[in-house]
Amino acid sequence: MLLTNSLATFGRYCLFLKRVFALPDRWSVFGRRTVAEVSKLGIDSIPLVLIISVFIGAVIAIQMQLNIASPLIPAYSVGLATRDIVLLEFSNSILCLILAGKVGSNIASEIGTMRVTEQIDALEIMGVNSANYLVLPKIIALVCFMPVLVILCMGTSLVGGYGVAVFTDLITVSKYVYGLQAMFQEWYVWYALIKSLFFAFIIASTSSFYGYYVHGGALEVGKASTDSVVSSSVFILLFDVILTKLLLQ
Amino acid sequence: MIEVRNLVKSFDGKTVLHGVDATFYTGKTNLIIGQSGSGKTVLMKSLVGLLRPDQGEILFDGRDLLKMKRDEIASLRKEIGMLFQGSALFDSETVLGNVMFPLMMFTDMTRAEQRDRAMFCLERVNLQGAENKYPAEISGGMQKRVAIARAIALNPRYLFCDEPNSGLDPKTSILIDELLADITHEYGMTTVINTHDMNSVLGIGENIIFIKKGYREWVGDMSQIYNTTNDALNDFVFATRLFQEVREYVAEHGTIQQRKP
Repeated sequence: MLLTNSLATFGRYCLFLKRVFALPDRWSVFGRRTVAEVSKLGIDSIPLVLIISVFIGAVIAIQMQLNIASPLIPAYSVGLATRDIVLLEFSNSILCLILAGKVGSNIASEIGTMRVTEQIDALEIMGVNSANYLVLPKIIALVCFMPVLVILCMGTSLVGGYGVAVFTDLITVSKYVYGLQAMFQEWYVWYALIKSLFFAFIIASTSSFYGYYVHGGALEVGKASTDSVVSSSVFILLFDVILTKLLLQ
Repeated sequence: MIEVRNLVKSFDGKTVLHGVDATFYTGKTNLIIGQSGSGKTVLMKSLVGLLRPDQGEILFDGRDLLKMKRDEIASLRKEIGMLFQGSALFDSETVLGNVMFPLMMFTDMTRAEQRDRAMFCLERVNLQGAENKYPAEISGGMQKRVAIARAIALNPRYLFCDEPNSGLDPKTSILIDELLADITHEYGMTTVINTHDMNSVLGIGENIIFIKKGYREWVGDMSQIYNTTNDALNDFVFATRLFQEVREYVAEHGTIQQRKP
């Protein structure tokens, strides 16, 4: 039963994506909506990304120092480990899990409310492909802007760790900065950016799907919002494993 | 003209429409009436293509909706305007933005032309001056009028209205009814109104289709309804003491003149 339901939902999701990825009715309208979504989903997320990144970066640096404090391990390892943790996992997977909560619930509740207030029916009656009109700009906007958020997250997290070096005596600034540069692998940055593109697509499409097929009222919109966050998070974790296996081995 | 022939629709084995036949005439206000759960909303949604009937024909001036391809349906929908029960205005757009929306999507008008046409439609529904407000900032009656303006922006051939008076006070309801009747006659549209407001039935019902438990029970106009011998229709329309007295008055004096609000 669970398997049948899951397959049916997946089938519906594929059909939904087929409608989403049709050619827009009006390119000029599509362009305007995409820019608006970049602002709403991307730029509006920057403060949250910066706040979380600077604190998590600082926490990672402190924990690294406390956990690997040993005469056998060079002091610059704190900077090196902080950098690699941020590049490999925090700046993409963890950040996207956080954004699945903020952006995903926003998308699901917005589209869900449009569904229960018949705004989507109104679009359909007019002859507008509502899935394409509402969802495609969100997917394109989030996929295009997510790398920017990831890069901001990387930079700010490392600045957070730098703050630990400056304001505490756990590690010297020179050792931390040396650690940041030691054995740097450029591929880790590309790896993070590639993963973030997949995660952005998962967040935007899954949340839109749950919002688009809401039936009922406010209660169901709330449930769809919660379900979208849970599903997005599970898929992000699943694809995290798959992409790590594919990209790092 | 829209003709419905032998329309059948079921949900999970329960038949909601049992072979409904109906004709909706051009230039007239066609009303679908019936109790809650009678199937009138399912009939309306089938007419506009939001539900696919199991059987039957829906002919828009001879073109069968149920045999149309996707692009033909998309083309037909540009000839349809719809007023939803809850207005269904786009929250993120201003009043002007809502009315301009269909023009922006389906015409090659310049921005200035779109604005002019939208302003004309807003003036037609007496909403000049409200164009920069958002739907949340205006009353329910004004929202209905914005929805009417949006529905007529593309000069549709067919106008569908789902419970246009729900949630409105009697005076505003009469205003909306008169507006719908006026634009129907003015633009020669085929207007289909789904309602259980007796003021609408007795005020603008030029062609009334009474649905009961999924069957078409009665067809006529507002003058015939006073003399109907159909018990179910009598029970439905003249359920209150007020409307019973209206019927007695009409029987005595022959007609009734509705006071303009």
